[in-house]
Amino acid sequence: MPVLEIENLSKAFGGLKAVNNFSLTLEEGEIVGLIGPNGAGKTTVFNLITGLYKPTSGTIRFLGEEISGLPPFKISQRGIARTFQNIRLFKGNTVLDNVRAVFHPRIKYNFFDALLRTPRFTAEELRVTQKAMELLEALNLDKRANEKAANLAYGDQRRLEIARALATQPRLLLLDEPAAGMNPAEVRHMVQLIRFIKEKYKLTILLIEHQMGMVMNLCERLVVMDFGQIIAKGTPLEIRNNPVVLEAYLGKGATVA
Amino acid sequence: MEHFLEQVLNGFQLGLMYALIALGYTMVYGVVQLINFAHGDVFMVGAFLGYFGFAVWGLPLPLAILLAMASCALLGVIIERIAYRPLRYAPKIAALISAIGVSLFLEYFSSLKFVFGPNYRVVPRPFPEIQWKIAGLTVTNIQVIVFVVVLIMLILLQILIYRTKTGMAMRTVAVDHNAARLMGVNVDTTISITFAIGSAFAALGGVLYAIAYPQIHPFMGIMPGLKAFTAAVLGGIGIIPGAVLGALIMGQVETLTSAYISSQMRDAIAFAILILVLLFRPTGLLGRTETEKV
Amino acid sequence: MKLSRNTLFFFLGSAIFYALVKIMQFNGILTPYWQLVLDQALIIVIGALGLSIIYGFTGQFSLGHAAFYGIGAYTAGALDKVYGNGNMLFFFLSLLIGALVAGLVAFIIGLPILRLRSDYLGIATLGFGIIVRVGMENGNKLFPVLGGATGMSGTPQLAQFDLIFILALIIILLVRNFIFSTYGRACISIREDEIAADVMGIDTTRYKILAFVLGCALAGLAGGIYAHRYPFLHPASFDFLKSFDFLLIVVLGGLGSMTGTIITAIGWVFLLEVLRVVLGQDFIDWRGVIYALILVVSIIVRPQGLFSGKEFRLLVPEQLKMATGKERTYAGSGN
Repeated sequence: MPVLEIENLSKAFGGLKAVNNFSLTLEEGEIVGLIGPNGAGKTTVFNLITGLYKPTSGTIRFLGEEISGLPPFKISQRGIARTFQNIRLFKGNTVLDNVRAVFHPRIKYNFFDALLRTPRFTAEELRVTQKAMELLEALNLDKRANEKAANLAYGDQRRLEIARALATQPRLLLLDEPAAGMNPAEVRHMVQLIRFIKEKYKLTILLIEHQMGMVMNLCERLVVMDFGQIIAKGTPLEIRNNPVVLEAYLGKGATVA
Repeated sequence: MEHFLEQVLNGFQLGLMYALIALGYTMVYGVVQLINFAHGDVFMVGAFLGYFGFAVWGLPLPLAILLAMASCALLGVIIERIAYRPLRYAPKIAALISAIGVSLFLEYFSSLKFVFGPNYRVVPRPFPEIQWKIAGLTVTNIQVIVFVVVLIMLILLQILIYRTKTGMAMRTVAVDHNAARLMGVNVDTTISITFAIGSAFAALGGVLYAIAYPQIHPFMGIMPGLKAFTAAVLGGIGIIPGAVLGALIMGQVETLTSAYISSQMRDAIAFAILILVLLFRPTGLLGRTETEKV
Repeated sequence: MKLSRNTLFFFLGSAIFYALVKIMQFNGILTPYWQLVLDQALIIVIGALGLSIIYGFTGQFSLGHAAFYGIGAYTAGALDKVYGNGNMLFFFLSLLIGALVAGLVAFIIGLPILRLRSDYLGIATLGFGIIVRVGMENGNKLFPVLGGATGMSGTPQLAQFDLIFILALIIILLVRNFIFSTYGRACISIREDEIAADVMGIDTTRYKILAFVLGCALAGLAGGIYAHRYPFLHPASFDFLKSFDFLLIVVLGGLGSMTGTIITAIGWVFLLEVLRVVLGQDFIDWRGVIYALILVVSIIVRPQGLFSGKEFRLLVPEQLKMATGKERTYAGSGN
């Protein structure tokens, strides 16, 4: 069964069609790249999948079940996690609590256990804290566990966002420009990291990225968007030689420059 | 029927005065996103200065009004300079707390015996009240004056905001302080001007209020201030026509509730309507719904 | 259950405080007047912790907190006035009902209005506060016992220091346990970034309402105690100026800090009374002016409040010791 099936998805803001007739199927264990010029509608696709926007038309199925129309928190609980292009951590919290907070739907003590700090509460807190620490260790953030998230370096913040997404125990992970603003060495690390977490946590990944080196390296398939529509699909090699894609990018280059 | 129309007229008069106060709230909110809780008290100071001007110092009424407006403009600028500017880029709540502090300060300071004193004062009419009967309706010269003055002020404000460089600067600052600064707008000066204009309007509202409802005291600004602020929110805060629309609605609601339901329920119904409107239009009647960019 | 070191210190500190109060009562330093002020401070601590949950930890701006304080006061006060006759059990029952009614009203009003954001939510709660005040002023038309605009008296005065003190301690501990649990973390994540919390699987509507209901119920409880300590209830004691009091306690104490809320609540109540004494009869008019100046100056000097996001250790529950790995400890939430 495919992990994600999107059919004829459209989203209009007033007269503007931000996403138009978008269809995509992700199979278990794939890493697929979503690329395209700025304003092509890539992040809007993420917002539609995660339920932040309601689609104007079309369907989104996750593990065979319709999810469009569900509120974001329910979609998350079914197993879709994401990061944000403009990092959205719980900035005032510690690194550890950024991760522990999102364990919330899977916590096995109730409100009164918490108020009275019963043994069940203590045991469960310990379990969650350990799991959170394991995630932080996997992403090399364990030494920063008690620091405020806002005080982390930029790259660490990006990794913390990934750790937090993983804490929701997703089957599908949506990464929105995970390597934005990174230098080549950091980008290489990020590529390794994404491969590593994909294997370790058995993920299917959809990735928005502008760094061509990264997508070419990481993704098995690419989907190219422009003006809300898919203009090409294929392997990285096919996309690299596709004249329509070149035009989309160069055309944009020509008008901006 | 005549009775109803007269009530509508009274509500219109009250609404116009709320509009003068609401404009200050909405303009200030537009440029610094602050609920200036002290604004109602600037209105009170305006009422007192106007009263002292024409009733105690014997100035001609227009001069007394101008004096009140100029002094309150200065007061508004000083308040912004001392109490809000140091907090402009602090968390928003800090400036709000400061505004509450300034509001309390103006109320208690005005209550001191050597300032305005804690008591109610009765304001003598600066001119005799004249009533006209028009088609069975009683219209007073005070209503006419309020209407004409507010209308002139609204037109002047419209010209200022859309036809002058200062107005353009205000609109720019309302969108983005940094971008405005990069475009060569003096943000500090523009904010000061906004406070000055808003406060002058409140002072004018205060003097008119004191003439129409001739009793003043240091805590008189609280309720009209809240109502005017509510009116601004009702119309969509930061939007000038919204403030006027909201104020006119508030005036009607209040007057009609007093006349036909119960004057004690007046405030409750006014605020119940506000809450209802917000539930259906969370950013007010004319406010645009913003979707946060993710 | 084994008590952690911090909790032990908490009880030790409380015991010392209690002993000091008792000594001062015994040798007459604590006059009945100052006792009343102290009791009032503890009552305000309970109510302010409620707003701390709502605004400090969950980020939902409320300018109507005193309305719930008043609802609790009138409910508990009137119940005990009519049905109680000095019976302690009934007194506790009336407190509970007062808190529940405040919580229930919070639920009904919160369900629709908590969708509003920041300033709009603030003004809607302020409006609600004014509606409640009008209700109190006219409540005697439905229930003559409420007294309406002339106020209500006749509630048995059963609350005294020992009891208020113990209730305050219990509330502090419960609020602490709430904040340092997954529920607290869910609330804090909403304050930090509501959209991210939603996308990460947290039912934001549910926890905003939970926080609001809990916080308002605490205000209601505080109000119920107040009704049993002050013989005269008046609608003016619960209007929006009182709501501002709660708000500035929470903000000056520092958002997201119980320590800050508790210390500022006590400090603020005492400040008002100390000013009264220091100024004397001749300068009493200046009290409001000085109060306002202190408010403006302190927020300008410390816009983030006294203890923003920080806690005294004795208000932090046990530290979790990790079973695996090296000797490491991880603090509780310590946001």
